[in-house]
Amino acid sequence: MTVAIVGAAETTELGKIPGMSQIQLHADAALNTLADAGLKAKDIDGVATAGESPVNIAHYLGIAPRWVDGSSVGGCSFMLHVRHAAAAIEAGYADTVLITHGESGRSGVGRGGGRGGAGSLLAQFEGPYGSMGPTTMFTIGVLRYMKRYGMTHEQLAMVAVVQREWAGMNPRASYRDPITVDDVLNSRMIAYPFHLLECCLVTDGGGALILTSAERAGDFPNKPVYILGSGESVETPMVSQMKDLTSSQAFRIAGGEAMRSAGIGHGDVDHMMVYDAFAHLPIWGLEDLGFCERGEAPAFIAEGNTRPGGALPLNTNGGGLSYMHSGMYGMYALQESVRQMRGTAPAQVPGANVSLCLGVGGMFAASGCIVMSNELP
Amino acid sequence: MADRSPRPRPLPQPTPETQHFWDGTRAGELRLQRCADCNHVYFPPRPLCPACSSRRVEVFAASGRGKLASYVINHRPHPSFDGPYAIAVVELDEGPTMLSNIVDCEQTPEALLLDMPLEVTFEDNGDIAIPLFRPQERQR
Repeated sequence: MTVAIVGAAETTELGKIPGMSQIQLHADAALNTLADAGLKAKDIDGVATAGESPVNIAHYLGIAPRWVDGSSVGGCSFMLHVRHAAAAIEAGYADTVLITHGESGRSGVGRGGGRGGAGSLLAQFEGPYGSMGPTTMFTIGVLRYMKRYGMTHEQLAMVAVVQREWAGMNPRASYRDPITVDDVLNSRMIAYPFHLLECCLVTDGGGALILTSAERAGDFPNKPVYILGSGESVETPMVSQMKDLTSSQAFRIAGGEAMRSAGIGHGDVDHMMVYDAFAHLPIWGLEDLGFCERGEAPAFIAEGNTRPGGALPLNTNGGGLSYMHSGMYGMYALQESVRQMRGTAPAQVPGANVSLCLGVGGMFAASGCIVMSNELP
Repeated sequence: MADRSPRPRPLPQPTPETQHFWDGTRAGELRLQRCADCNHVYFPPRPLCPACSSRRVEVFAASGRGKLASYVINHRPHPSFDGPYAIAVVELDEGPTMLSNIVDCEQTPEALLLDMPLEVTFEDNGDIAIPLFRPQERQR
């Protein structure tokens, strides 16, 4: 497949532009380019940028992408974006990709890209209110969920209890001793309604993966694990701007595309990982990917469906709540999916052939989802 | 005003696209933007419509009324706040949501009831006025 550039434009002005912040320079160039191509932002399904986060650009312009690239390697980043976009379009990951650049290099207005700088949207519209990162922001939709669907504090606590059961089977887990709902609810209050044991650990660690073609996969010492499908998306850099506080748009787009591209249904998934920075993440993941109806995941977990021996083993390493959480936990979720598919996990799910691994980035800002199998598709 | 230690809260630095909002809070107005082409009302400020990509957008003074959509009560120490304090998502009557603090109200789950009607109030911080919200039924 040959990929073409069908829109191209610069900012309306060039030179000295003190009236535009950096993100607006991106947006001005983007709007001119959309006009050049006869498109609206709604027609774009892939976003690549450097200098600003693609999360910021997608949200600012009102794009719900299914492919994003934030590769940032200096001034040639946009050449890499073109190359990655061409590969993505060839692969069917996106149909129409927007690549943006904007830089207030002279005037220095709203620089700092993303989270930095008092002129960023985050610093202007969330920073003044005493937000203290994930413990206060990732968690902010949960009271709304409780009111809408009737989830109890005990049900939320059960997420941590069940994952500790899995951690108890993993020698490398940070916390392995069994806990009860009372233990969770009596642990220190961090940000109501979240107690300490409903928040992830903060630990050190690392992980890595190597991928190659399926044709070569038999030439290596360990059992190959095949990628069946994948998905990705971003929604907003600001939790307060989520379209629905009780559901992640990025989960829905990334998870939906991962399952579609893998050609699987919910019943095909033998093992699941949902990045659990906080206890509600598995609930959001199960519902946003359609494994449970809206409002039913808390009971699904509390009734034991995700615990050892349950119908849908979930976060079988103990998760970010009990196994480890270095800050960017997604790598460890992938590692556990690979172990399960190799058949080498300490808490091995017998006969598991398909694993779904759902990651989150920022605070519901982004998501990536991988479906893998120990059998060739 | 709820208990506040003397250390000021982190203050925003307006950009050209957000200046109208911060000028508004100093003038006692909560300003939102509306698309002249599709009528979409949105926040935070930007000179383009995130619903239809139009550049034809206008600024207007919102009612300043809304309701409590969700919140947390932070128990960890913050240099600008004394004791546990709520960080809230307010759903404005015009549709958009925004983060804020709830003042003139106990910072407890018993006092902070979801969907309670709220109205904006502005905290003077010199050059910047920060929009906060308080229970609507309160008699001033």
